[in-house]
Amino acid sequence: MSTVTEPRKSEGAPRPRPTKGKSGTPSRTVNPMRRQQAVAAWVLALPFMVLFLVFTAGPVLASLGMSFTDMRSTDIRSPLGVEFVGLDNFTQLISDPLFRKVTLNTLLYLLLGVPLTMGVALAVAAGLNQINRFKGFFRVGFYLPVVTSIVAVSVVWKFLLRDRGGLVNTVLDLVGIDGPGWLDSTSLALPTLVVMAVWRNFGTLMVIFLAGMQTVPREILEAAEADGAGGWARFRYITLPMLRPTLLFGAVITSIGYLQFFEEAYVMTKGGPLDSTRSVTYFTYDQFGYGNYGLASAASYLLFLAIVLLTLLQFRLLRSKD
Amino acid sequence: MTQTLDTPPPVTEPPPPRRSRQARTADGSLQTPRWLYAVMAAGLVLVVIPFVWMLLSSIKPEAEVRAVPPTWWPESPTLENYDQLFSKLDFATFFMNSAIVAIATAVGNIVFCSMLGYALAKLEFPGKKLLFALVLGTLMVPGVVTFVPLFVLTTNIGLTNTLPGMILPFLAGPFGVFLMRQYILSLPDELILAARVDGASELRIFFSVILPLCGPAIATLGVLTFLTSWNNFLWPLVVATSEDKFTLPVALALYSVGQNATKYGLLLAGSVVVVLPVLVVFMLLQRRIMQGIAMTGIK
Repeated sequence: MSTVTEPRKSEGAPRPRPTKGKSGTPSRTVNPMRRQQAVAAWVLALPFMVLFLVFTAGPVLASLGMSFTDMRSTDIRSPLGVEFVGLDNFTQLISDPLFRKVTLNTLLYLLLGVPLTMGVALAVAAGLNQINRFKGFFRVGFYLPVVTSIVAVSVVWKFLLRDRGGLVNTVLDLVGIDGPGWLDSTSLALPTLVVMAVWRNFGTLMVIFLAGMQTVPREILEAAEADGAGGWARFRYITLPMLRPTLLFGAVITSIGYLQFFEEAYVMTKGGPLDSTRSVTYFTYDQFGYGNYGLASAASYLLFLAIVLLTLLQFRLLRSKD
Repeated sequence: MTQTLDTPPPVTEPPPPRRSRQARTADGSLQTPRWLYAVMAAGLVLVVIPFVWMLLSSIKPEAEVRAVPPTWWPESPTLENYDQLFSKLDFATFFMNSAIVAIATAVGNIVFCSMLGYALAKLEFPGKKLLFALVLGTLMVPGVVTFVPLFVLTTNIGLTNTLPGMILPFLAGPFGVFLMRQYILSLPDELILAARVDGASELRIFFSVILPLCGPAIATLGVLTFLTSWNNFLWPLVVATSEDKFTLPVALALYSVGQNATKYGLLLAGSVVVVLPVLVVFMLLQRRIMQGIAMTGIK
């Protein structure tokens, strides 16, 4: 075992035998070194692992446990004294019309948001990949919204989208369109929030896609060009297929993001009108606020499950063509 | 390269020799069309307009912010909104809270993640694979899954409504471990072997050989965790129960849906206070941040 790492590191050059000094035979010297390494590794890992177990891994398990109990905010000082209720929370959620509605809303956020975000990011990245001058400048500009607080930009967009006096409707007025009250309509509010989220989020994917495009070997593109392939053909039949792993990764992280949609709705619509923008995360937050800790945990775990399943599914779908 | 050079350029538009180098795009095709610059510029304007409008409106008096139709350029610029933020409301405290939480989170992640990242990258020890899998496995866990038990925990250890209660759950992030491990993997093993020959202890090797070489990764991690923490919302919203512990996003969100919901100028000025420091930090350090994102794919 101990010799496994050693020869690899000494490839080529004759190695001054570092392990020799302290005790006699080589086979004996390696073991204390390895033990020293292991001890050092655990010393280095310990602070992180303690924090990680207490504040991340522990709560993940505790949340699962709580989802099978009737825990309420009144039990907060005696979390172990709660009743086990089996799947009650889950059956209650499934039969709750509000939970069904927020699940549907979350699916809509996902189905609208992911393709839109990826499409915009891909188009902008492809554009950036074609230009030479000011490339860095454009990249930074398009990325700006990503670094800003969702809460703050939601406040700004709420005013941009005001029915009367908002910038959007004022501009629409100029071209003769009578803009609706974007956030006051049960059918328009959710898509409007998605548009804002696309604006806020596409920069991340743009940077990732652009980095992916720059790894497409130039020789292939040049050969295709020599063969008469136009810009679109090269993009469609060379760049895009070679970007598959990058696109997959982009789809996964974007989906995870939209499944957790919350802040935009909290600030811009408070989940309304008529719960039309309320998401599963929002529902969970509300249940927590009402003190229904068990129910909130169950809802959050269903969301977690959806995230895991969707990630696995996307890996299957996008990988299977290879 | 030779192949395209041998290929005669399209007869219709022979590039003038003097500019031919600039006219080549990254992928080697011949011309960047002018219209592409125009489209990109138009897109950029659309992306940036909300920020410009936010800045301009934040220095308008309340009546002008509400004007229908709205003005674009402030007719009578004033700082009264900012004055109110810091005199009537306590944005100085919120700003300090945000800064303390973000800086502490960044420093903590740098320390703890680089330690574990080094162990995972360069040391052999039992349990290594399991540990790495465990940490990576939680990259996907959404904050909404952990916040209820975390609230129970912080309540029982007396950390609810405290700044440490906001910081501790984010000190050990899986993202940072991943980033530091990837970076340290790229450092040559010979450095470590040489230090071992010289008799340096394993911990000493980490602190005086490896850590000084991690500058770029540490800077990237520091900036990214600072930004994430500065913008973080759900957990601070849950754990901060009195106003003196609010962070900027919490204060802004609660005001925007609460009793100040109709004070538009004030809220926009508040947004500027949240957004502007981050935009400045980002513009100064954008190269590093972009590399970090391209490297790990996570903001």
